[in-house]
This record gives sequence, C-alpha cells and structure tokens, in this order.
Amino acid sequence: MEQPSLSSDTQELSESEESVYSGLEDSGSDSESSGSAEEEEEEEEDEDEEEDEEESSGSPSAPQTQARGFPGQRRSLQDDSPLDEYEQDSSDEEDIRNTVGNIPMEWYQDFPHVGYDLDGRRIYKPLRSRDELDLFLEKMENPEYWRTVQDRQTGADVRLSEEQLELVQRLQRGQFGDVNFDPYEPSVDFFSHEVRIHPVTNRPADKRSFIPSLVEKEKVSKLVHAIKMGWIQPRKPKENVPTFYDLWAQEDPNSILGRHKMHVPAPKIPLPGHEESYNPPPEFLLSPEEKLAWEQQDPSERRLGFIPQKFRSLRAVPAYSRFIHERFERCLDLYLCPRQRKMRVNVDPEDLIPKLPRPRDLQPFPTTQALIYRGHSSLVRTLSVSPSGQWFASGSDDGSVRLWEVSSGRCLRSLTLGAVVRSVAWNPNPSICLLAVALEEQVLLVNPGLGDRLLVAATDQLLDSWEAPEEERVQPVRWIPASPEERAKGIRLLVQHDKPVTQVTWHAKGDYWASVVRNPGGRQVLIHQSSRRWSQDPFRKSPGMIQCVQFHPLRPYFLVASQRSVRIYNLLRQELTKKLQSNCQWISSMAVHPGGDNVICGSYDSKLAWFDLDLSTRPYRLLRHHRRALRSVAFHRRYPLFASGSDDGTVIVCHGMVYSDLLQNPLLVPLKVLKGHAPALDLGVLDVAFHPHQPWLFSSGADGTVRLYT
Amino acid sequence: MGGLEKKKYERGAATNYITRNRARKKLQLSLPDFRRLCILKGIYPHEPKHKKKVNKGSTAPRTFYLLKDIKFLLHEPIVNKFREYKVFVRKLRKAYGKSEWGTVERLKDNKPTYKLDHIVKERYPTFIDALRDLDDALSMCFLFSTFPRTGKCHVQTIQLCRRLAVEFQNYVIASRSLRKVFLSIKGIYYQAEVLGQPITWITPYAFAHDHPTDVDYRVMATFTEFYTTLLGFVNFRLYQSLNLVYPPKIDSQAEDELKPAEGKEYAMDSESYLEKLSGLSASLARAVAPTHEDEVEMDEFPVEGETAELMDAKKKEQEALEKHKKLFEGLRFFLNREVPREPLAFVIRCFGGQVSWDKSLCIGATYEATDPSITHHIIDRPHLDKQVVGRYYLQPQWVFDSVNAKLCLPVADYFPGVLLPPHLSPFVTEKEGDYVPPEKLKLLALQRGENPDEESEEEEEEEEEEEEEGDNDKEEEEDESEKEEEMKLQKMEEQKTQSTQSNKVLPVKVTAGKVRVEDKQRLEQEQQSEEKRLAIMMMKKREKYLYKKIMFGKKRKIREANKLAEKRKAHDAALKEQKKKKKKARQA
Repeated sequence: MEQPSLSSDTQELSESEESVYSGLEDSGSDSESSGSAEEEEEEEEDEDEEEDEEESSGSPSAPQTQARGFPGQRRSLQDDSPLDEYEQDSSDEEDIRNTVGNIPMEWYQDFPHVGYDLDGRRIYKPLRSRDELDLFLEKMENPEYWRTVQDRQTGADVRLSEEQLELVQRLQRGQFGDVNFDPYEPSVDFFSHEVRIHPVTNRPADKRSFIPSLVEKEKVSKLVHAIKMGWIQPRKPKENVPTFYDLWAQEDPNSILGRHKMHVPAPKIPLPGHEESYNPPPEFLLSPEEKLAWEQQDPSERRLGFIPQKFRSLRAVPAYSRFIHERFERCLDLYLCPRQRKMRVNVDPEDLIPKLPRPRDLQPFPTTQALIYRGHSSLVRTLSVSPSGQWFASGSDDGSVRLWEVSSGRCLRSLTLGAVVRSVAWNPNPSICLLAVALEEQVLLVNPGLGDRLLVAATDQLLDSWEAPEEERVQPVRWIPASPEERAKGIRLLVQHDKPVTQVTWHAKGDYWASVVRNPGGRQVLIHQSSRRWSQDPFRKSPGMIQCVQFHPLRPYFLVASQRSVRIYNLLRQELTKKLQSNCQWISSMAVHPGGDNVICGSYDSKLAWFDLDLSTRPYRLLRHHRRALRSVAFHRRYPLFASGSDDGTVIVCHGMVYSDLLQNPLLVPLKVLKGHAPALDLGVLDVAFHPHQPWLFSSGADGTVRLYT
Repeated sequence: MGGLEKKKYERGAATNYITRNRARKKLQLSLPDFRRLCILKGIYPHEPKHKKKVNKGSTAPRTFYLLKDIKFLLHEPIVNKFREYKVFVRKLRKAYGKSEWGTVERLKDNKPTYKLDHIVKERYPTFIDALRDLDDALSMCFLFSTFPRTGKCHVQTIQLCRRLAVEFQNYVIASRSLRKVFLSIKGIYYQAEVLGQPITWITPYAFAHDHPTDVDYRVMATFTEFYTTLLGFVNFRLYQSLNLVYPPKIDSQAEDELKPAEGKEYAMDSESYLEKLSGLSASLARAVAPTHEDEVEMDEFPVEGETAELMDAKKKEQEALEKHKKLFEGLRFFLNREVPREPLAFVIRCFGGQVSWDKSLCIGATYEATDPSITHHIIDRPHLDKQVVGRYYLQPQWVFDSVNAKLCLPVADYFPGVLLPPHLSPFVTEKEGDYVPPEKLKLLALQRGENPDEESEEEEEEEEEEEEEGDNDKEEEEDESEKEEEMKLQKMEEQKTQSTQSNKVLPVKVTAGKVRVEDKQRLEQEQQSEEKRLAIMMMKKREKYLYKKIMFGKKRKIREANKLAEKRKAHDAALKEQKKKKKKARQA
C-alpha cells in the first residue's frame, strides 16, 4: 500500500489548488500506476457519496463495490481489459448530483438548499422537523440507528451496509482496508546481485556505452596535469616507525652546541613548605587580621599565593581552583619571562666588615668625658686652646669670652663684650700671648694676661711698638687702638670691618691672621698683620661664598673653602695652586693636617671628606659617620688623630695615620664616638679642638657647656 | 683626525640582542607561529645587562632575544612545516568552500605533520639533561590527563598524556624511586629520584576542572606537545634501563591473576590495556628475565682515614635508602572506596606494599575486603560499622606521613575519626635559626630511634597532674619564688663563709666585686660591639647597603620564626585551657 499513500499526498496537493505542481509530478512518474492509484483514492474519498448513492438507488453498483473490494483483481482486470477503465469513471459522473463541488458544506448552512443538480435546479435539504424527543425515540426504537450517518452533501441519512461496516472496523483496528491484501508478499528481486542470463530490460545498449567518454578524458587529463605540476601529491605510504625509540643511544655531551654559553636554564618551581599542607601545624594558619591584610595586598606583592587552610581529613579537601592558572603562569614564565644570570654571592655579612686595626691598639685617644666647663648661659660657638695647653678660651652667644684653666676647670677670666662672639683664636706662637676675637663687625686682639708676666709684657710691647707710617695707606679696615677701659679688660686693638666677621684664624708664626667677612659678592677674606697693623684683600674677585679659611702650617699657602670646593693659593706667587672638589653640598669647616699634605672638610650634609693633596683633588675618602650636619673638624698636632663634631650631639674621634711613605695611603680608623652634649635648638656640638700636647679633646656645644674628653 | 667615524649602537651589546618584533620579521612568521616556535625550541628572552645600551638609548620596555638564538631558529626545519601547514589550511578552506569533497579528502590525507625528535635531542643532548628538566613536563602531562575528553584540546593529546603519565608511574613503581609525597591544598606533590636526579611533580586532586577563561589553552597545548614527546622518549629510555618492555606490558603471571575468575570479559584486551595499566596493581613484563645475580655487590677497596669515614657514611645512607624502599614490604593494604585510589595505590606500590580495592571501583583489584591477610585498611570516614579484627583501620595520611618519615609511624594517631597530627612538608629542611614545628622535632627524634612518645606521655601526665592541682598553681609559683630566694640566701652565706675564711673583709664588698666581674664581661661585649659598629662605619657605601640588606633579611627571618613560635605557644595554651575546662565540666 505504499503507492496509495504516496499518491494520496499528491492528491492532497492537487486538491489544494496546486494542480500544476501535481501535474508535473505525474508526468515524471509512471503514468499508469499513479493514474490508477489516483482513481482509487478518489473513490475512497468519495466513498460516502457513493454509499449514499447506493442507498438512494437501491444497489445498482453492486459489482462496483465488489470491484473495489478486490483491488488486486481489479488491477488484473484492468490490465486485461483497458476498456473497462471508463466504468470507474462512471462513478464520478453518477456521483455528480450536487454540482457545488468540493466546498465546505457549511456555506449552505443558512439556505434551504444544499446545491444544484445537473440541470441547475436547487437540491433542497430534506425536511427535518424532528425535535430532541423524536431523535431520542428514534434512537431507542430504530435498531439501525447506530449504523445511520448523515450525508453532508445531500443532508440525507444513510445506512451503512455490512461491507462498509467491516471496512470501518478494519480501519479502526489499523488493518488494511482490503481483506485480501497481503503486505508480506514474496518480493521478486529483479535487480539482484546474481548475474542472470537474460537482461532485465530488452533495451538495446546505447552507442555511448561503446565509445570512450570525452568528459572522463578531460577530467583525467586535468588530473594528470595537476600531478605533473605537483599540485596533487600522491598519498604517501604510512611510515611504520615507532613513535618513541632510544633517542639518546649515542649521546654526546660535547655536542652542546648548542646553544651557547649564554643559555640560562629555567629555575625550578620552589618546593612547597609546611603552610601549603592540607593539614598544616596550627601556627601556619593565618589569623583574621593577617587574612585581611593578605586580601588587601596586591596579588603581585603577596608572599604567599594562597591562604593556608586546614581540613580535618583528606576527604574534605576540594580541588584547587587556581591549578590550571598556576600551570599556565609557569608556561608563560618559561617562554616569555626574560632571563638573566645573576651572580648571587653567598656573602657572610661578617666578611663585608672591613678588617681594621682594633681601636685598643691605636691608643692613646680620648675615651671618656673628664671635665665639664659650665658658665656660659647660651650656646658656645667657638673655643680655642692656648699653645701651651694650659688655658683655653671659649666664645658664646651670651656675648662673653671666657678663659678657662684646662686642668682645674676654673674660669679664670670672663670678658663681657655684649655681642655674639663668632670666633676666637689663640695665637699659636708660644712667645706671644694674644687672642683674636671676632665680634660682629670688629675683631678684637685681646691680651688675656695669663701665664708668664714677661710674655704678657712682651706681647704688649710688640703691639705698642708700631709706628704710624709716613704716608697713610688705604686699608679695607680701620685699626683702632683700645680705649683705657677696654685696655683694662685686656683688649689691645680693635679692627673695624665693614661687615660682620665670621671667622678669624692665625698663621702659625703668630703675626699674620686672616678674617672672613660675611659679604657675599664683595670682599670676603682679609689678611692682616698685627705687628704692622695693616690689612689687605688678597683676592681681586670673590671666589663664591667663603665658609672658612686656613693658613698652611708649613708652607706659604692659604686655603679657602667655598661652598663646594677648597682652593689652595700660593701667597708668595699669588696664584691658585689647587682646587679640591669636595663632593659635598656645603662645606662647613676645614682643618689641615700638621704634616700639611692632608686636609679634611666637614660638610652640612653629614660627610667628612679627607683629601690627600699628593693623591688627587678629589677626596681620598668620604666618611659618612655622622647622622646630621658636621659643624667642625680638627686635627691633633702631634697624635694621628682627628675629630669631628656634629649636630647629632656626638664627637667622633678617628685615627688618621699619614705615612711618610708616599706609596702608602693614609689609614683611617674610627676610634670612639663621644657623647655628652645635649642637643639644644636643633644643634649639638658646635666646635671641637684638640689639646696641643695631650690626646685630649675639647668640645663646645649648644647646651652652653664645654667638655673635655681624655 | 682621520679614521672612520664610530657610530653608536653598531658594536657591543646592541648588536647581540634583537627585539621580538624584529626577530619575528626576520623569521617571517606570524606572532602565534613565532610563539609556537619559541616554545618548542625553548627560546626565551634575555634581560640585557645594560638595557639602555641595547635599546639604543631608549628606555621603552621591550623584550630582547639573543641574536644568536634567532639565527639558530632561521634554519629550523619546523619553520617550513609551519608554512606548509598554513598553506594546507588555506587549501582546505578553499576546498570546503567549493564543496569539493574529493579534494578535501585528498588534502586531509596529505596533512603536513612534523616530528619533534630532533628538537628534543637538540635541547637535551644527554639523557641527564632531559631528566633534569622533567618537572614541568610531568606536571603538565598529569594535568592534561585529567582534562575531560571534550573541548579544550584534542582527545588524542589527552589520551597520550594519560598513557605517558601512567607509564611513568609504572616505571617509578618498578624502580621504587619515589622518595617524598606531600598532600598540599593545591594537589599532591611527588618527588622521585631517577638516576640521581630529583624529579618533582604535582598532580591535581581528582575533581572536574573549573576551566578558567583567562587561560590560553593554545600555549598550554604547544607546551604539552613538546612535553609528551620528551616524556615518551624518557619513558622509553627508563624502561630500557630496567629491562622492561616498552610499551609496557603487564606481567603474564599478573595478568592471569587480573583476569576475572568468572570468565566474564570486562572488555577487549586492547581496550582495557591502559586501564589495567593505570590500576597500578600489576607488575610489568621484563624483556630479560631478572636474575638475582644481576645485583652486583660493590667491591670494597681498602681505604684510609677520611675517605673511609666518607665511605662508611655512604654505606649507611645506602642502607637507609634500601630500607626506605622496602618500607611497606609484606604489608597488605585495602583501600576503602572513599579514599583517593590512584595516589595511594601508587605510593603503596612504590614502597613494596600490596594493595587492593573494591572490585567495582576500578579494574585491577586483587583481593577483597574480607581477605583475612589484610594488615592495613585505609578508610577516610569517621567510623566504620563492621570492623574486622586483625587489621589496622587507618586514615590515608598515615601512608604519606610514613613515607616521608621513612618509617612506619605509630598508628594510634591515625585511627578513623581521630584528630590527625599536622601533615608536614617533606621538602623543608630547616636550617639553623629557622622555625621548626614541634611535630618535626618529634619526628626527628623518632627517626633517631628515641621514643618521644613516652616522654610526651609523661609530660602529658605531668600536665594532667598540674591540671589536677590547677588552683594551687599560684601557690606553687610562690613556693618556687620562695625557694629561689632561699637558694640565693644560701649562696650568699656560702660566699660569706668563703670570704671570711680567705681574708676578713666585710661581705658587702665581696658582692660588689662579683658585680664588677659581670661588668667586665659586659664591658668586653660592649667594646666588641662598639668596635663592630665603628668598623661598619668605615664600610663603603655599596657594601654598607649590601650589609644592611643582609642583616635586614636575617632579622626578618628571626622575627618570622619568633612569630610562628609565639603563635604556636598561644595555640597550645588555648588548647590546654579548653582541656581543663572540659575536665572541670566533667568533674562537675
């Protein structure tokens, strides 16, 4: 029954006004069978009508129903007698009593008729005057009621025949409508795999089956061309080589070309510690605060890439969510991360500490605070020790200069001068007893009147022996002899400058002295001769802001420290001999080694530069011992010692051995950090000075005291 | 004058390096191809010493490759294969577009392939080199073998990874070269010693992966491509060194045992081969039958002095190693089904133990749970209803801890439902000054042959006694202080008597003298520290910086160790407190 079902499809199509399409299909298929099938289908479709007709016309078409009952027979009949074909068509003609065609009968619902017959007359609906009661009575009484259906085409009641009933029942059971149809007929296999002696069709072979195909020839030639041109590669035979074999059968360790010396093998992943365990010791777990801190940290800054966790049993351990990430990051590291060979020396920090002679072996040097000289009421800016080492003078911001006896700590004299004392300097010549005091715009030459009377008298005599020259020379300063009251105080001469004086310093011989004037851009340094009472300005133009000056202890040199550098002038030749670059920001003080070949400079940026004049103009050593600005530095005259005082309240004493052998560099060893001065006003130690003979050190501080360390 | 003008950046460092983009242009490769090539050939960027010079004066961040490396890449046959592949893909796409299925088929047949053998040989000229670099390869293969068979990467790759990983595990079992295992929160770390090289790898726990989106799987796949090749060759060589058949074959004897008794075939042999192998329960077939004569005894040479001592130490070490290898020899384990089977089976088999599991869990189970010869039953649930007499029921951590401790630890701490002792990392070797957890100290004592357990028990008892006394603690303390005072008094009296005997001086002075003595030592110390301080002052700036850095690191280390110790102390105290409370509650 496949064919009918197929054709039913086509039927439906044709019925839905697509006759053109169905016609096309029909023309393509076997006309005979499809035609017959169509007919059959139509019959089935119009069954009701037929039945109806049968009812109405008694049973004139009994043979017809018979024929329909046995389609197989019918088909054979048809095959036998094609003339009978029109018998089937007759049903169509007979059927046409109502000419409305295949339309929904609801359209005639509101009319008294249901259509028109062949002659164009109306076909009226049968009269239906029965009400519900009649219907019920009929249902109860009429034994045929159950097999009565209404023909919608005509509106008449139709009683189904026995055959029709049977057909309906068969269809309801899902069986074929035809009783005699055998769906399991043995099929005749015409096109079998077996070679038959007779052809299936009797059709003579075409000519084209005897001549070679042109199309094929073209195709082959194309392929040949493609092969020739190498566009098509023949399939390579599969190599049957094992994928893995002994690759290192002949290994040659020297063949490492390889890659060159620069190869840096990737570092291995660090091995996990206790904290990564699923059950770590409790101390490795993070406390809530630590956890919070960990979360707030940037992922790149974390020391641990994960939070340690503790699980009660192995069963409870979940998958690590970042596992793939970590492998991926490792991959990225391997091929993207620039590698560099870093020589990591495993240094013992103790080895880094330089091997220096022990301070104990370098004694003597001041170690303990021996005396405190109290008396000044304000910070002691400056101090100077007498060449005999018996006394020293200190100048303070309270406007006084005090003279102290070193050994007893007694204040022998106190000169109240009424202004800030910037600098005091004791004449280094032991045969002259003279003290220079820088006081605002004047420098006082004071005879302290201590020690040998003869010496004191000789000094006075020396100063008084001056006679005014015949012709007055123009001097940058005025030399004023002291008034009697001042003389009583000990002041012998006043040298009036035009600007505040910051420093005075004596030449080793004790006749010349120099003063530094705060006069930026103008005259800043003056050299005076006290015996002849005349002064001169050695420089034509100012070499920047001058911080301090020193006379060379042995040679006629004059050292001038400006802000960044130290210049050394030859006074005889009147020329610049050397310029030392200090590598400091702001030089505060300077001292010259008694040997004359070494200079130290302290600076406000807490550095101390040691210059070896024979070596270079750059510092031989830059010491960063202090934590704050250096205020003063000093050399000992005899011992290889130097000291530096700083704002951090400490004085550091160092061993500074200079060898006469030119090949050997000076040896610098820090010996002692001396503490004692209390910082005041953000200042600590303001001045340091060594005792001329003993390894003793004086320091004056912002706390108004002078201290002696022995 | 005269001579050629010297131009900058035409000699020296600038000519030794090449930026990535220039390298790419020189090789005429696209960026992905260049990346692949670099990964396969193991080319990595270098950090030049003087970056600015190399960068021709610019400070822009750039990655530099060594020019030599890039030149070395120039005549690499794989580069041509990359190009061929590109052409292949183009042709294939065209054929698809035109629906020329015949062409598609033909093209697919001729798909260009390449081999990485020569690259492996080139990157690792000797076998030892390859072993040294095996860590990443193993970790990657173990990761890939856990991937699902869908998406992400080719199924063949995953299968190959699984096969290679299982083969390697089997080798480790056969050679008994596993040394350390560590259960971390990330996964399980294993360390094996193969031919004297420590090889460490990590395997994830057996869960489905939550595949992240910000990971480029192509990069990982390229790495895996190389790693699988490497691991395959290494496996081959390793199997050869043990006279095992490669690809591995299960010992015929073992195979018979493995065959289900009912005669029901589980699957075809070829299909279940890998599964059987990954069961890790069967020994492998050998190419040459093992003979015991093979084990050559070391010739003993007469040696003297230090070398003899060295030899002795070596011998001892060797013995310890042999003992470690046979740690679980003769023990029969049974794994409950909630226990991770593969790692445990692997570890137990590595140390000579026999292991089995539920038959429905995995292929390769050799005996059943009811077997009376089972000595250790590994379970990971709080309690078991039916317990068989004659075997220990233990938590899995016991196996791992025993392996790391190199001895079978006392089982009492590892009973089911018991709070486990901490699992320590075997990779940490504490140096002097590092923090050592108390458990580690206990373990070290155990290894030395002492029995800290008894001591600790005693301690505990003492503690308990103390606890019992509880309230009297303060009084005790007072007593102690009194005792101390008494002691002092006694000492003073003694001194008095001595001093009076020697010369009759007032006793006050004597005590003062004693103080002075102390001061001397302190003075000495102070002096020394001051000397050091002074010497540090004289250091050069750079050295001082280094010194400070080192000292800072040291101090930080100490600080951290102290912190850990403190934390532990606090924790222990809290525990004790809790115990006490409980006890009191019980008493009340």
